[in-house]
Amino acid sequence: MAIIRWRDPMDPFADLGSLRSAIDQVFGDFMGRSSMPRTYPGVYPLLNITENDDSLCMKAELPGIDPKQIDITSTADSITLRGERKVPPVSEEVNYHQREREFGTFRRVISLPTRIDTDKIKASYRNGVLTIDLPKAEEAKPKQIDIKTS
Amino acid sequence: MRADEIKKADKQIAAGRGTTTRGLPTFIPQVDIYEDKKAITVLADMPGVDKEGVSIDLKEDQLTIDGKVAIPEEKGTLLHKEYEIGNYFRQFTLSDVIDREKISAKMADGVLTLTLPKVEKAAAKKIEVKAG
Repeated sequence: MAIIRWRDPMDPFADLGSLRSAIDQVFGDFMGRSSMPRTYPGVYPLLNITENDDSLCMKAELPGIDPKQIDITSTADSITLRGERKVPPVSEEVNYHQREREFGTFRRVISLPTRIDTDKIKASYRNGVLTIDLPKAEEAKPKQIDIKTS
Repeated sequence: MRADEIKKADKQIAAGRGTTTRGLPTFIPQVDIYEDKKAITVLADMPGVDKEGVSIDLKEDQLTIDGKVAIPEEKGTLLHKEYEIGNYFRQFTLSDVIDREKISAKMADGVLTLTLPKVEKAAAKKIEVKAG
């Protein structure tokens, strides 16, 4: 015999729970957030960007990548990160207990809020964190304007 | 894809570890664990942690990996934030007997490589049954 969830025929609120989850699903999809489990697209560099008067500083967590495999190209107002996280060579006789780390290629284009001086970009890679220093173009730097009194 | 969506998928908060006094969260590092005839190898992604920040502990059969993040100097104002900075913590229960003396660990580019060699089993000894 099939087991059917008991519901009180006299309780007008019995269906509210499922109604709510149905609404969540509709609005979630509408807002761009799906309640379905998301498939994770391999390696995807997450970025934190800070700004000061002279430059923008972009950081990305990319553990275990050979810095030579990261390709950074930039224009005056955008920057592209491209690279590959390669699976390290492991002998075929191993037995995996857990496999959670992601490998593969990534590409990300970021448009910048100000114009930058592409000749002075510096990038470094330390402890699995990529740091890109993007000095602002002269015309984008804030200027102090003196007020003359006559 | 939205930034907050990515963040959720990427880092999981280690339950029960709370935050540090500095307000840093603690995350569960993603790991690969594989075993061959001689050893068990654990690879853990802990971006932002340097060599000095890692501590590994093996009590009985419980392996603990603890990574203290080196907090970067932040200059300027934050424009865009997709990931949180925090410490890493994870524990495993080992099923095989590990040779404690030979455990080795390496931290490079934010990835911890932990090699746990198995105890070499004594060569099988043949017992002869004597006729009485």
